[in-house]
Amino acid sequence: MQSTPAQAADQPVISLRGATASLGSRPVLRGVDLSVHRGEVVALLGANGSGKSTAVRAVVGQVPLTDGELSLFGTDFKRFRSWSRIGYVPQRTTAASGVPATVREVVSAGRLARSRFGILRKADKAAVERALALLGMEEYASSSVNALSGGQHQRVLIARALAVEPELLIMDEPMAGVDLANQEVLANALREQKALGTTLLLVLHELGPLEPLIDRAVVLRDGCVVHDGPPPEAVGQHALPGHDHVHPHAAHDAEPLRTGLLS
Amino acid sequence: MDLLEYAFMQRALIAAAIVGLTAPAIGTYLVQRRQAVMGDGIGHVATTGVGLGFLLNTSPVWMASLVAVIGAVGMEHIRSRGKTSGDIALAMLFYGGLAGGVMIINMAGGSTATLSSYLFGGITTVAPEDVWAAVILAVFVLAVTVGLRRQLFAISQDEEFARVTGMPVRALNLLMAVTAALTVTVAMRIVGLLLVSAMMVIPVAAAQRVTRGFAATLSLAMLIGVLVSLSGVTATYYLDAPSGAAIVLLAIAVFVVMTAVSAPLARRRAKAARAATEEVCPRDDVKV
Repeated sequence: MQSTPAQAADQPVISLRGATASLGSRPVLRGVDLSVHRGEVVALLGANGSGKSTAVRAVVGQVPLTDGELSLFGTDFKRFRSWSRIGYVPQRTTAASGVPATVREVVSAGRLARSRFGILRKADKAAVERALALLGMEEYASSSVNALSGGQHQRVLIARALAVEPELLIMDEPMAGVDLANQEVLANALREQKALGTTLLLVLHELGPLEPLIDRAVVLRDGCVVHDGPPPEAVGQHALPGHDHVHPHAAHDAEPLRTGLLS
Repeated sequence: MDLLEYAFMQRALIAAAIVGLTAPAIGTYLVQRRQAVMGDGIGHVATTGVGLGFLLNTSPVWMASLVAVIGAVGMEHIRSRGKTSGDIALAMLFYGGLAGGVMIINMAGGSTATLSSYLFGGITTVAPEDVWAAVILAVFVLAVTVGLRRQLFAISQDEEFARVTGMPVRALNLLMAVTAALTVTVAMRIVGLLLVSAMMVIPVAAAQRVTRGFAATLSLAMLIGVLVSLSGVTATYYLDAPSGAAIVLLAIAVFVVMTAVSAPLARRRAKAARAATEEVCPRDDVKV
């Protein structure tokens, strides 16, 4: 089914209708509606366990829906193949794996969505360099990702998604564990993407420095949408009902957990 | 070099070079996804294939390949489902495969020496048809591990991300399992089924002591693999020991040397990183 350009313009880029999903026997999404239109910047907010991460993983097909409908760019999910239109930043605390890899090698992996048979041509390599530059990682391009700080890991993961040159960028907690200076770098990169007309769907714990970018906020609680509209005043997860202050921490080299003033 | 005059030594050295190239090539991806134990498991399971080869009077290499491929696909299936009970299932598969193999070889009238040469490797056992089998299998293994390196890197580095780029991740995972299985049977004659995993892991571990990138690690691991395999087989000629044991000990020696070489390098890098971030708190700003 091909749609005319006029239809495509007002067709939502993401359309999720009555989505339900469970992890094990626990229902995590209990009838979520979410639509994102072209050029919009949408934040998905909610306390830990509210289902916001599951919702975006369902959108990219990594969590199967038990019920409901999903279409991407106006195509039913089952028939959707244009993955190169989507850039995805999964929730990670690290870009490292069991063998050293340079920043450029990790970012190049993102470009595979557009290259045939894994051969990177001149245009592909240029796209990788542009993505590195967008996140200010050129000087680290040949460094091992193992040597980076938490915020730099996140910059690498976002550069990897931008190497695809996507129309839709989906990010799961891009600000988790990122220091203030790096948060500013990320916010600037996303501002540039918004100016280019990229559609953004962001799972966030709190709006933070991204607040001015957000067009619309969708708040989840216990797997249901409880707010869909302008970003709430007194923003941030501290204002959300059912807030409990639990942050994801890196398994290793993370700061020790401070539980009290004297401990 | 009088040892090159013997046809069996020529075959052993060709086979050793092939093992040195292929085992670290697939091993790099297994280490990257923290699945180094996979090679060990496939080796255990392949023992049953060797036994069946004896029992049915067919070539142990091809029979071991067949059983190893079936075993590896089964392991990949267990892994991709990601259940915690998977560990137990893998253990059953590994040790069932080894025990079954030893039992069948015994029933087929194989001697302890035969069994030992399959488990720990031997240089006099490489038959001409084994060399051909190894060459054919190695061409396949290298075509996959070098030709598809970007795809295999991507799925080993972040499988979920790779799926969202639209890559055929399930097919690539199966291809990787099959390739690992065939590498095990390539390496079987020279390093033995119980030691083959060492050649998939130790050269990679040694290489990454000094490398920063993936491509560099892959190439250096293959180079180290070839060097220790050839020198291990040569040493075996003079020492009359199982070749697998000699090769693995040499690989560990290379790892120790690389670690010693890299220690000052790592210290200097850490010092530079500390110097870049170390700043003292400004005392004046503290309000009491």
